[in-house]
Formats: sequence, C-alpha cells, structure tokens
Amino acid sequence: MDVLLEAEALSKHFGEFRAVDGISLSVKKGEVLGFLGPNGAGKTTTMKMLTGFLAPTAGVARVCGDVVTTGNVAARRRIGYLPEGAPLYGEMDVRDFLMFVAASHGIAKAEQLDVVESAAAAVHLGSVMDQRIETLSKGYRRRVGLAGAILHAPDVLILDEPTDGLDPNQKHEVRRLIEAMSVGRAIIISTHILEEVDALCHRAVIINRGRIVADGTPSDLKARSKYRNAVTMLVPQETAEKAASAIKRIKMVAGVEAASEGDHMRLTVIPRDNMDIADSIGDIAAVSNWQVSQFSVDPGRLDDVFRQVTEGGSR
Amino acid sequence: MSVVRTVFAREFASYFSTPVAYVFLVIYLIMQGMFTFYVGHFYQREQADLVSFFAYQPWLYLFLMPAIAMRLWAEERRSGTFELLLTLPIPLGATVIGKYLAAVAFAGVALLLTAPIWITVNWLGSPDNGVIITGYVGSLLLASAYLAIGAALSATTKNQVVAFILSVAVCFLFLVSGLPMVLDAFSGWAGHQIVLTIANLSFLTHFNNLQKGVVSLADVVYFAAVIALWLWINALVIESKREAG
Repeated sequence: MDVLLEAEALSKHFGEFRAVDGISLSVKKGEVLGFLGPNGAGKTTTMKMLTGFLAPTAGVARVCGDVVTTGNVAARRRIGYLPEGAPLYGEMDVRDFLMFVAASHGIAKAEQLDVVESAAAAVHLGSVMDQRIETLSKGYRRRVGLAGAILHAPDVLILDEPTDGLDPNQKHEVRRLIEAMSVGRAIIISTHILEEVDALCHRAVIINRGRIVADGTPSDLKARSKYRNAVTMLVPQETAEKAASAIKRIKMVAGVEAASEGDHMRLTVIPRDNMDIADSIGDIAAVSNWQVSQFSVDPGRLDDVFRQVTEGGSR
Repeated sequence: MSVVRTVFAREFASYFSTPVAYVFLVIYLIMQGMFTFYVGHFYQREQADLVSFFAYQPWLYLFLMPAIAMRLWAEERRSGTFELLLTLPIPLGATVIGKYLAAVAFAGVALLLTAPIWITVNWLGSPDNGVIITGYVGSLLLASAYLAIGAALSATTKNQVVAFILSVAVCFLFLVSGLPMVLDAFSGWAGHQIVLTIANLSFLTHFNNLQKGVVSLADVVYFAAVIALWLWINALVIESKREAG
C-alpha cells in the first residue's frame, strides 16, 4: 500500500469539450510526480478533480484508498493543495490566515499555534508573520500558500504550478522546499517549466488534449529525444567549416547544427538512432587538431521530447 | 459546529479588516437617524415609542443588506479563494452557514449601535419596552431574510456590483408583494385566497405584525423558512459554480 494518490480513467467533459479524457496515474510515497503539458492540456482540471473541487464526469480519484468526491471531507484532510496562482485572503495577516487553515483542518486549539509556527519556519516566513498578505511579494505569497498546504502534515501534496511567476532565486527556493517535503509523502506538481522536472521530479507525465502522451523518469523521456547522445563542442571559427564537413562524412552522424558564439562555433552533432558517437568524434577531433573545447555528450533534451509528443496540441 | 465557528470568525473579522465596515456603519446610523427624525417625525409625534424608527427599516435595509452580503461569495470567486475554501476539509453546509451568520452578526452590530434611540425614548417617556424588543427582533429577522437572499445571489457572480443589483431587485419583489400596488393588480381577478397568499409572501406583512408587539409563531416560521430556502439555494448555486471557478 505504497500508492498514496491514484487516478483511474479520470475524465471531465464540459459539454462537448473533453478537458480531461481518461487519465490514469498513481503516485507512490516519497515520489515527486511532474505533471506536464501545454497550456490548456487539462493539467489544472485534473488537479481540481484530484482535490475534490470538481466532480469527474467519469473515473475516480483516490487518496490513500479513499475515493475523493466533492463531499468527502475526510479525504480532503489528507490532501495539501496549492491552487493555481496560490489564491489567499489578502486582507488577513499571515499568522491569522494560517491559523484559519489549521482550524479548518480540525487541529486542536492548543496545537494550532505550534503547527502554524513550524509550517511557517519550514518555508521561512518568520519575518512576515504579522504582515497583511496583500502587502507581500509574489515569492512570499507563494510560500504562505505552501505553508497552508503543508501545515496539517498531509499524505498527499498537490501543487498547481508552484513556481509560476517567481524569479529564478525564488524558484530555486520553492523547489528546495518541495524536495524537503517529499520524504514520506506523495507529491504531484504541475508545471510547464521543463527544467523543473529535471531538478525535482522522480517521474514525469506529459499530457496533451486531456490524454497522457508520455510517462516515465526524466531520463527515460529524454532518451526519446533526437539529441540523445548528441555531441556538442566549441571550435574556433577557422576550423569549424572543415570540422563540420569531416564529421558529416561519418556514417553514424545524422546531421550537424552550428551556432556562432563570438569567434567560436558551437557544433552539435546529432547521431543516427541515438548511437554512441562520442568516441569516434573525439578521436577524429584529436587527430585533426581542431582545437576543440567544451566537449560534451547530451543526455537528451526534454523540451525536444515535449514538443515531439504535444505537437499541434495547443488550443 | 466548530467548523461553522471557524468560517464565521474569519468572515466576521474580514468585515472589519477594511474601512468599508466603519463607513457602512456610519452611513447606516446617519440614514437611520434621518428616516427616524425627519421622515418619521420622531419628536413631533410626541409618542414614547419607536414606530418611526422601525417603520422605514424595510426600505433602508433594501439597499443596505445587499451591500453587506454582496462580497460574501462574489469576492471569493473573483480572487480565487473560492477554490481554496472549498478544498479545505469543511462541509459545504458549514461554510454557507458560517459565512451567512457572519453577515447577520455584522447587521446585528449595526442594529446594536442604534441603542441610543432606545435610551432616548426611555429618557423622554415610558414606552412599552416589550413592543420595542419585538420590534428589534422583527428588524433582525427582516435583515436576516434580506441577507440570505443577498448571500445566495452573491454566489451567482464574480462581480460585487452585479450581486448588489440582483439582490436589491429580488429583495424588492419580496418586499412589495404585500403592498396595495401589487395586491390591487391581483384582487380584481384572482380569488381571495391567492391575494392572501401573495400578501403573506411579503416581508412587509410579517415585519409589520412584529412591530405591533406580537411575536406570532407564523411570522417567525415565515422568516425562518425564507432564510432556510435561500441558504439552500446558496449551496445549490455554489455547487453549480464549481466549474466556472
């Protein structure tokens, strides 16, 4: 019984429109699942069904084996949810807001303050606890939302675009927090930021037009990219042309992409059928004396796979 | 029950977190005073009672109660906290009731602040305080009925102004159905029973009964039924608005 969050053929139709069309997934304890897809693919609708905000047209969602419905209060107690954009009561101060969330979860009055303080400490809210939420920066607001989502120690965390609209430092901070919270929990985060998946997720599910189009570990997904095992190197402008034409003659090479960088060229050598070409390229480069710097082998690119599986999917 | 209190406490506090609450209270007290003294001729009547105080409340409340209720749900839906609130482990019924009671409590505070007029009338004469108490009870019941309508209609829109206008319109229908101008339109052709039913649907009929110092079960049950009906409608509207966000 390691699976904490489960969706079985979850569907949501708005009239004729199938926003979500039979999505099945499960998230185990300790796992962080990245939920990807272009805008309008059905990510948010799926999450709204997982949290019991929306009733599915068909299929079921389960949290710790308990079926989630719009009326199942017990199931909701096991879920920590950060809705898209982290909506908060702007007129409240941070402590009051978190106390309200704690009370809503039925946490005993005597423990409320402790729970709130420790959740606030976990997301580093210390200095703003007595400020009105509407006066806080975006990053702090997101943290307040996260504190509200985790303070009752839920088994399942559902975070809808937790880093959307944050600056790179804040993004890093929020990712670090999510990582720390993943121990002993099942976490599902939706995002369309692909670096996030690499940085954070144990598994990624890509959806498009309400259906799952890819499901695997980030490395699995990357392996589907044409850039898998591609070799990238920096060569001086003078030797670049010679190098490119020499490389193109190798049988295992499908193509060469070149991009100018100052007085250097960045050559990306794409292999045929993801074959391992690093050694052969390296050998030729050494023999021909191209003065190669920054030689690297590409593990594959998620954005490339993302485009490949969701092509023509935006609507 | 404790979750109702949680919702109530947050909502009630939120009324006072902006200056709007104080502005509202001041406007209410000024207008209540104007109706009582200038329109109702409180002094000129030379009677130790609060008839002129209560008489214009149905019309005053017609605009003020929708103003109290308009933000209850519209604001939640506009700001997105609607989703946050409905995914907390609070039963929907408790949320609806808690928020509604907060609005009633705020109206109660406003009404409580009119205590000086009651003190004045006791200072100047010796009124029948029993009648005054039933007057206040009737006043609060009327306010509660308006608020129940306002709360339900507030959930139909994300725009507080739309919520306000809708509420005033519906409250107006409930108010005037007891007035001759409406009843005359029916009395010509409809039977006596139908006219009586329409008259009995009116807030005014039941409110006026309570102003005579008689608390009859029928009037209290009437207001309780109207409130229960609109709270139920409130819950239905919210269920239907989940998909709209």
